[in-house]
This record gives sequence, structure tokens and C-alpha cells, in this order.
Amino acid sequence: MDYKAVKEFVVEKAILVCGLVSIIGVILIFFFLLREGGSFFLKVPLSEFLTGKNWYPTSTPPQFGILPLLLGSLIVTGGAVLLAVPLGVCGAIFIAEVAKGSLKEFLKSGVELIQAIPSVVLGFLGAKVLGAYVMDWFGLDTGLTAFTASLLLAFMALPTIISVMEDAVTAVPHRYRESAIAMGATRWQTIYRVVLPAAASGMAAAIMLGIGRAIGETMVVAMASGNAAIIPKSIFDPVKTLTATIATEMGEATGTHALALFAIAIVLFAITLLVNVTADFLIHRKRVK
Amino acid sequence: MDKYLMDTAALEPVAQIKIKTTNLDLFYGDFQALINVNMEIAANKITALIGPSGCGKSTLLRVFNRMNDLIEECQVTGTVLIDDQDIYLPGTDLIDLRKKVGMVFQRPNPFPLSIYENIVFGLKVHGLARKSELDYHVEQSLKEVMLWDKLKDKLHRNALSLTLEQQQRLCIARLLPVKPDIILMDEPCSSLDPVSTQRVEELMKVLKEEYTIVIVTHNMAQAARVSEEAGFMLLGQLVEFGRTSQIFTTPKDKRTEDYITGRYG
Ligand SMILES: Nc1ncnc2c1ncn2[C@@H]1O[C@H](COP(=O)(O)OP(=O)(O)O)[C@@H](O)[C@H]1O
Ligand SMILES: [Mg+2]
Repeated sequence: MDYKAVKEFVVEKAILVCGLVSIIGVILIFFFLLREGGSFFLKVPLSEFLTGKNWYPTSTPPQFGILPLLLGSLIVTGGAVLLAVPLGVCGAIFIAEVAKGSLKEFLKSGVELIQAIPSVVLGFLGAKVLGAYVMDWFGLDTGLTAFTASLLLAFMALPTIISVMEDAVTAVPHRYRESAIAMGATRWQTIYRVVLPAAASGMAAAIMLGIGRAIGETMVVAMASGNAAIIPKSIFDPVKTLTATIATEMGEATGTHALALFAIAIVLFAITLLVNVTADFLIHRKRVK
Repeated sequence: MDKYLMDTAALEPVAQIKIKTTNLDLFYGDFQALINVNMEIAANKITALIGPSGCGKSTLLRVFNRMNDLIEECQVTGTVLIDDQDIYLPGTDLIDLRKKVGMVFQRPNPFPLSIYENIVFGLKVHGLARKSELDYHVEQSLKEVMLWDKLKDKLHRNALSLTLEQQQRLCIARLLPVKPDIILMDEPCSSLDPVSTQRVEELMKVLKEEYTIVIVTHNMAQAARVSEEAGFMLLGQLVEFGRTSQIFTTPKDKRTEDYITGRYG
């Protein structure tokens, strides 16, 4: 048996093993999540869990209503998306279509640099510096609010949105632009009538990735949102998100409380799945049409 | 005597000159791609530019709608008149120029939008789109390129789902709603099969009634079939320009003859 065939065999099996390990890993995670979270729902019904207005996991008797946490997550993430998407679209178009030469290079490396900031650093800066400003600007009692966390999350999601979107816009073939210009379109008309529609599915993917980043990000939110599990009246109230709840409470949680955190994890999992499926659907539908 | 000569001249059907170049030179940086080109292109005729690959045919064509402006180091000297207007004068409105001078490219390149959107693109871009008239323009344009019957029920399909021939016809159709005078075609059939090519050539002959057509081709048979006037180019020069029948049967220049008889590639 020659060397080449042996090598082929070894590589093939190694790839197979790696693949199996990762799949088994995912299945195990899913299994434990369901087992732990499932046993929580034997004690507290799902409807009470989802619609309960009070999250008092340590009082007697404990109350496990995650409505305030759901709202907290929704406001923080939604706010971040509302800020990051328009900024990201503009940034990506600017870098891909307008900026030239060294300015373009500078902006691209700037975006990469932001991406490289560890989220704990950003959370720290946000809580200490941005929080103080937010408190001043809006005359609040505390700077740690849903708004502060949204700003930071938007900042974190931006590089993902910009870089993926910039690739999508740049990938639009030159000949579409050329024929638009030859028909008398201005540069801006060419961009918004031809280039952007042509890049639409890639841009949607960029936005979904950005949203995914914002949903999954925990550290910044835990540090800057104020961590108050109350139903917020405005974006300038402190909130507590689903992710931050797990991160901040898992250390001391025991018994039912610990199981409740698993149940939150299942909710998070379901939300992420929903976002991904929606993204897939949007992107795919665009392409087929 | 004098008066007599003048009268006969007036009786001759003098072709109207649509495009006229005088001492036209074009440089890409240091490289001179067009050398002293002088030509007069007649209105409502099909004029072919032939010559081996790399001789400057596309470059010359792109002079007429100033697409070379997109290339940074490109420099043009001499004059180019369209309807007696110098299109290289400072202050020339490029958007108007390109509305008047449409272009069809070598590779069919409809926008990756619906068929309908492709056709109304020009109207929207030039601010001519009146909602109530869009359908009318779509129908007229598609009829002009003989696509209407085939596509009238599929107007909202993506244009990229069409066959290459249909795509190329659509690329012609989308120029029409803004009423161009001139249609430039850069090897419009080079990615089509012989049957499609023949059909597009027939379309050109219909269109020339209304439009002035300048077609670049390195397919001599095609030039002979469709054009009434032809220019032979070589290494940036317009070697010979005249009636197509004359160019192909009794070329005046030795180089033209060599090319026609197949001595260049
Ligand atoms: N953007 C450009 N920059 C530099 N040289 C170019 C450019 N475009 C074309 N050329 C050169 O100009 C010459 C003529 O090109 P082109 O007009 O495309 O020829 P044709 O259409 O007859 O094949 C060629 O030698 C080509 O290499
Ligand atoms: Mg060419």
C-alpha cells in the first residue's frame, strides 16, 4: 500500500471523527438543556414562566416570571438594531462605493480594530464613561440603562454588519454599474437602483449576523444595562436581559432557581433559532425570486 | 453652370451626418489607443467598425458616449460632434449625452431586477417616469424588440432568468423608452448562437429606421450582412472608411484587403 493511499485514508477518517465530535457535542448540549429546563417546567407552567411579571427567584415563595427579562432583551437588542442597521448600511456603502485609496484602507482596518476590542473592555468603558454621559445628557438617576446598553451593542454589531455588507456590495459585478452609468444614471442612482438591490441578499445576511451578535452578547449588557429585573417604562430605565440574568445569577443559583436559568437558556435558544430561520428564509427567498 | 451644379447637389439624397470626429486622438496614459481618427457616421444607417482584436474598436465606440471618462488616465483630443454639438466641450451634460446615445454591451448585462424594472430604469433615472405611462412604455419597448408576446405574462420575473438572446434584446429594449438617437453596440452577438445572432441582426435592420446604429464586430460576415457603411481599424488607426460593399469588394488600402482576405487573425 503506497504512502499516498495511507495519507488519504488517515485524512479522511480524521475529518470524519472531527465532524462526528462536533455533531455529538451539539446533541449533548441540546439534550442537557432540554433535560434540566424540562424538569423546571414540571414545577412552573410554561405560561406562568413566559408571562409572569415578577422575577424574584430568591424570595419565599420564589416567582419565576421572565416577562421583564424578555422585555429587557427586546428593548436592548431592538434599540441596538435600530441604531446599528442604518449606520451599518451607510458605512458599508461609503466604504464600498465612495471611499478610495488610503481612506478606504484606513476605514476597513478601523472596522476590524473595533471588532478586536474584547467585549469586557467595551462594557467597562460603557458603564463607567458612556454611562456617566448618558446620565448627564438625559438628567437620569443612573447612567446604566437600556439605552446605554443599546448604544454599546450597536457599536459592537456595527463592524460585523459593515464588513459583511461591504463584501456583498463590492461583489456586485462591475458590468451592472457600467450599464447603469451608460444609461445616464448618476453614481447615486446606480448605487441605490442597481447595486443595492443586487446585493440585497448579502446585505440581509449581514444584518442578521449583526442581530445575532447583539442577541448573543452578554458581557456588555450585564455591565451597562443596570440589571434591574423590572418592566421598563422607557428606554432610559435600567433593565435586565435574558443573557445577563444567566451570567449574573448562575453562581449562587440552586434548586429550582438553577433549573429556571436552564429554562431561560431554552428560551434564548428558541429565539436564536427563530432569528436564524427567518434570516435563511429571507435570504433564500430573495435569491430564488 | 455654377447654378446647375448646385441644383444637382441639392437633388442628391445627402445623408445626414450624425457623428463626426476630427483629428481624434485617445491616450490611455502613455499608450495611444486611437490615432487621428476622422470619420462621419450617417444617421439612420448601420455603421460597422471592424478590425482585429485590440485595434481600438471598443475604445472608439466608447468615445461616442464618453464612457472612457470612467477611466482615470484616459485623455481625448480632437473634436467629436454629435448633431453638430461638440460632446467633449467642458460643461457637456453627460447624463443627457448618455440618454441620447445608448449602449449595448458584448455580454448581455440586464440588471438583476425584473424585466419590467429593467425597461423602466431609464425613465426613472431621467425623471420621465409617469406612473400611468410605465406599462405603456414596457409594452412598446418589448414590442419593438419582438419580445412582447413571449414575455407579457412574465414581466415580473428576474431578467437573468431569460435566455441570452432574450437578455440581449432586453438590453436593447431598455434603451428605447428614453428615445435615444444613437445605439452603440459592442460585439452584441458574440455570446449568442448563430440562430440568435441572425434574429438580432434582423432586429438591428428594423431599428435603424428610427435609430443610428454603430456596431463593433470582429465578425466580418456580420458586418457584411448588416451594415451599410464600415470602417476598418488597425492599431488605433481608421485605415479605411466607406460603403460596406466597397470595403469588402474593392478595398482601397492594402491593409484592408489583407484583413478582408483573412491575412490577420
Ligand atoms: N482601460 C485601459 N487602459 C489601458 N489600455 C487600454 C484600456 N482599455 C483598452 N486598452 C488598450 O487599448 C487598445 C484598444 O482596446 P479596445 O478598444 O478594447 O480594442 P478592441 O475593442 O478593438 O478589441 C488595446 O491595446 C488595449 O490593450
Ligand atoms: Mg472590444
